[in-house]
This record gives sequence, C-alpha cells and structure tokens, in this order.
Amino acid sequence: MSGTALDPRTAPTFPMAALTAMGDTQLRKNVRHATDVIQAKRARVVNEMPDWQALRESGKQIRQHTMEHLDYYLEEFEKNCTAAGGVVHWARDAAEARQIIVTLVKGLGATEVIKIKSMTTEEIQLNTALEAAGVHAYETDLAELIIQLGHDQPSHIVVPALHKNRQQIREIFKREMNLPELGESPQDLADAARTFLREKFLRVKTGVSGANFLIAETGGVCVVESEGNGRMCLTLPETLITVAGIDKVVPRFADLEVLLQLLPRSATGERMNPYNSVWTGVDVNGDGPKAFHVILMDNARTEILGDLEGRQTLNCIRCGACQNACPVYRQTGGHAYGSVYAGPIGAILTPQLQQMHHSQSLPYASSLCGACYEVCPVKINIPEVLIHLRNKVVKQNGMLNPEALAMRMMGIIFKSEGKFRAAQRLGRMAEAPLVRKDGRGQGWIGWLPGLLGGWTQVRDLQSMPEETFRDWWEKRESSKKQGVPRG
Amino acid sequence: MASGMIGSAREVVLGRIRAAKGPAASAEVVQAGWDGVRRDYQRSARHSQAEVIELLIDRLHDYDAQVMEVARGEVASAVTKMMTARGVRRLVVPAGLSAELLVEGFEFVVDEGLSAAELNTVDGVVTECTVAIAETGTIVLQNVPGQGRRAVSLVPDYHLCIVNVANVVETVPEAMDKLAPTACFATTFISGPSATADIEMTRIKGVHGPRFLDVILVG
Repeated sequence: MSGTALDPRTAPTFPMAALTAMGDTQLRKNVRHATDVIQAKRARVVNEMPDWQALRESGKQIRQHTMEHLDYYLEEFEKNCTAAGGVVHWARDAAEARQIIVTLVKGLGATEVIKIKSMTTEEIQLNTALEAAGVHAYETDLAELIIQLGHDQPSHIVVPALHKNRQQIREIFKREMNLPELGESPQDLADAARTFLREKFLRVKTGVSGANFLIAETGGVCVVESEGNGRMCLTLPETLITVAGIDKVVPRFADLEVLLQLLPRSATGERMNPYNSVWTGVDVNGDGPKAFHVILMDNARTEILGDLEGRQTLNCIRCGACQNACPVYRQTGGHAYGSVYAGPIGAILTPQLQQMHHSQSLPYASSLCGACYEVCPVKINIPEVLIHLRNKVVKQNGMLNPEALAMRMMGIIFKSEGKFRAAQRLGRMAEAPLVRKDGRGQGWIGWLPGLLGGWTQVRDLQSMPEETFRDWWEKRESSKKQGVPRG
Repeated sequence: MASGMIGSAREVVLGRIRAAKGPAASAEVVQAGWDGVRRDYQRSARHSQAEVIELLIDRLHDYDAQVMEVARGEVASAVTKMMTARGVRRLVVPAGLSAELLVEGFEFVVDEGLSAAELNTVDGVVTECTVAIAETGTIVLQNVPGQGRRAVSLVPDYHLCIVNVANVVETVPEAMDKLAPTACFATTFISGPSATADIEMTRIKGVHGPRFLDVILVG
C-alpha cells in the first residue's frame, strides 16, 4: 500500500481491492490474529457485565435523543465552551475544516504540530494539507506513527496498524529512526517510540486532536486513549486545536457513565482504557494549553441526519467492534474499503459521507450475517442500513441498467402463471445447447453469456429439470381421477 | 479568517440540521426527551464496602500496579516502603498534598508551574485522587490541591497515588455522580500504567505516560 491517502473518490471498487488484499497472505494472517485477540478480550469483559444489554439500550437512546436535538446540543456546547475560554469554529465540509486549521497553525507561526490519533483528521486528509502549507505533523499514537513512518494507511478505527506484524514494524523503525540495532520484541519497539517522541512532546508548541465526546452541558471535551500520547498532546502544548464531527456531541456529563462503560469494553476489550481526559475550555489554573480551538465539522453528516433509515449511522462511537466481528473484514482487512472507515460501519458510513456519489460497492461488501449488529455497543442495525443503501444504489443507477431491467422482467413473469410456464419452457429450450451431461445423467451448465456469466465463473449451474413440480403434480392428480394406479 | 465567514458556516450547518430533522425544540421538550432515556443499568453498589475494596485491589493487580492497604497512622511508612522498593529519590508533588506524605529520606519538589522539561528530570510523582472506581480499577484525578496539574502526573515515569477508602466506589455511575460538582475541572481517569496493544495486540506497559503505578489505600 502506498502513501496515497485512502480516498473514496478515487479508490477502486470493493471487489477489485478485496481481490488484491486476498492475495496477501501475510496481511490476512496479521488481521486474523489481531481480530481474534480483540474479540476474545471483548467477549470476556462484556460477559462479566450483567447489565450489558441495559447499557446498550441506554447508549442507543442517548445517541438517538442527541441526533433528534443536534442543533440544541451543539449550540449549548458552543455557548459553554466559549464561556470557558475556548474558541468554537464551524465547518461545512472537509475543505473548510482544513482551511481553518491551517490558518490557525500558520497564524501561530508554527512549522510543526503533534497529533493524537484521529479518524476525523484522516477523513479530511489534514496531514497532506498541513504539509502543503509547510507544517509537519507528527503522529504520536504508536499505530499512527507506524503508519506515518511506513508511508502506509490506517486499516482499522481503533488499531490502525493491525495489518503489520512486529518484524514489519521493526523494519520501518530501523529505517526511519535510524536504529540499526533495534530488537524485535513489542517492548523494544514501544521503547523506541517513547524515546523518538518524548523530545517532540517537550518541544512542539501546537497540538491537534480529535474528540470522542463533546459535552454540551459543560462545554467540555473527552478524549479516550491508552498510551499517554494523548495526554501529552492535550496538556503540554501552548495551543490545542480539536476537530470533531458534529455527531460527537453528548447531552450531559452524566451520559459519560454509559458511554465510558460501552466504549472501552467494545473497542479494546478493557474494563477501562488507561487514560480518559476531560477538559473544559482553557483552564483558569493554568493546567494545559493557553489557547483552545474546536472545529465542529459537518462534512455530509447532516445529509445522513436527513435520511430517517440511515440516521442511526451517526450514533456510532467508533469502537471498531463491528470490524473485528465481520467475516468480510476479517478476510480483506481495512484497505479494501478505500476509506479510513472500514468494515461494516465503513460500508454504511463511507458511501453516505460521499452522498452516494462514490463507494457504491461498499453496501454490498457484507453477507448480512448480523454479527456487527450483535456487538455494536449502541445497537446500530447495520444490516438494515446496508439493505437501505443497496436500494439507494439501485435507484441511483437508474431503471435502464441491465440488472434493474432483468429484475423488472422477472417481476412481470412471476406475476402471471401463463408467463411463468412459458418462460420455463423457453428456458429449457434455450439452455439445451449449453448443457453437458455428467456420468449420472445430470445436466450441468459450465458457461453462461453476458451478465449471467458472473455465476458460472466460479461454479456450475444445474440444468433445469425436464419436468417441473407443477407438471408432475397435475399429471398425478389427473391420473388419480382416471383411476390409473400410480407407478 | 473573517468572522462573517465563520458565522455563515455556523448558520448553514445549523440550518442543514433543522432541515434534516425538523425545527429547533424548546428547552422543556429537550429536557423531557433526555429524562425519557431508559437507564436500567446498575447505578449503585451491589457489594459491601469491604468487598468493593477487595475488587479494586484485584483490578489494580490486573494492571500490574503494586497495592498496599494501611491504617491512617501508617501512611508515612507505607510511602517510604513503596518508594524505596521502586528506587526513586526525587519526586514532584502538587501543591496542597498532605504534609504527612512528604516523608524523610526523599527529595520533594513542589510543582509551582514547572516546565515539561523540568518534570522530565524527576523520578516520580505522588498525588491523591478524587475518586476510585473498583469495577474498572480506575483512579480519577482533578486539578485540585493534592492532585495538581495534568502534566504533573504524566511526564514522570513513576506515579504513587494515595487513595482514601472513603473515596472508593464500585461502579462508573457512582463515580460520575461524585465528579459532577467539579465536572469543569481538568479531569483524568487513570486505569493502570500507560499501555498499548498496537503491536500484535500484545499489551505493553509504559509507552508515554508513567510506566509504573502504585496505590496506597488508606482507611
């Protein structure tokens, strides 16, 4: 995978990208191992909670309620954050969010920023925009550092480098950190990252973060993390810039009692992740940055809000549990989805963020098995949304495309008994030249023309029986009436 | 950037939201909606205080923290024992830390706005905490006397936290209730030493925050 950012507008279709991923046995092994481990850890800490289903239901209702009053809670957050010394900016789309951040950073005269892992900044390709403006962004999350130094792309929401194993990571660090003697134990690699980044934490004066939750009631922001790199970026710089989708707001501080139980157990299989930080504007006692900016970004989230069936997509709290549980993701890994949001949630989020103009193949990247729904901590019915989006794709592709035409034709035929029987007769005649008999006299079709060829590419089709069930039944009934013995 | 442009982005985004889900609701309607959220999960303790303390100790051990349980009069000797075992000499402490914790034989530097570089030169930090959550093995620090700025408990490599058993609760909702009056203070939930599982999902202790965390329970 190259250093080119994952961009749904230019990514190949899912089946094409998946085919490439399926050929990479190392990647598949790494993804399988990582998802197996997280799933087992998650199951252990979820099963020990007798009130897990009650928490899921509350989580769902809190998120639903928030979306119903999104304008109210965003204005409340803005008011309280501003009163606490924060500066709130609004962005209609990715370009506007990037422009606000670049302008702020350039205004400070900064040439470097330190960053906390943030899928939102990946979504808007912030690092590329900063580089273009002459500002270097240091990724400080271990996985994001691996991705950045390896000129790679994230493949999972929570564990972005899960497609790399320790030998691959060691090669990247040896080369990029100039450490020829580096060992290959995970501890050696983490120590190398600690030393490499500590100097940056102490030196760089501007931090950029995402947010897990924006608290409307207090104007506070909550960031959930493991390594302490988040705390470094949130507390040591003089200026902190946080970019968050408008969907990240929660009504009250007390709502965290639900979300902070659901998120860590679902995301990393921990009872609580090592660090949660909550801060409100600029601290009056001089704890942390002297200036705090937060950008509230739409970037097509309001489009999703307007679609009643798709709206639940916005309830996502980005735990990644659906990715670990998905039989499709577990085979292909994340890059095949052509977006920073991979797996089942990516399959519904990405096309909607693209307003259905791109990524139309993603709603089909699922067997609709429902494993994602079962593990979702806020009960997003992903299979339901997938089907809804498939409908949208079909409608969008117009009624004149071959598949839609064929389906309409089928509809007409199935509606009338006479037409159905005629079609069966016609089918038997039409297939005759293609049928080959096997040793037991059963007919098989190994090749079909055109659109139907997709079926016979990977399997044979049994020929139509010489007599249909209806024909057989009618013959049987009429022979009974005539008193002819069956035989 | 012109402020007019920010204003217009704000109006556009809020306008889009209202077009998507309906007009703005009154505070009463929003309040009623929030009150209507079902909350059938566990909101209070199920166990006795002694069992809750035991659970907290078990969870902290899970994170490889060292834990000592001592009576009120034995805190100083426990602090000495813990810090001697870890081999730390020079520690930073937040202003307002109980004087009895500043035991002899160690050098204590009171944080009066130390720079990150200065914090990087001490061996460790000693703090108290606002609340501890047994079910998750979490200690919660806020920017108040005895707990200090967030950077103080972050940059040094060793963190010793003194927990009053009266501040130990069983569940996360109980902790949030306790934190609610000071929700606007800079707050950090700490569950074990800093860690990562980014490399092959192996838990590695100590990436950027303190690599060692010890807890003394005083009751």
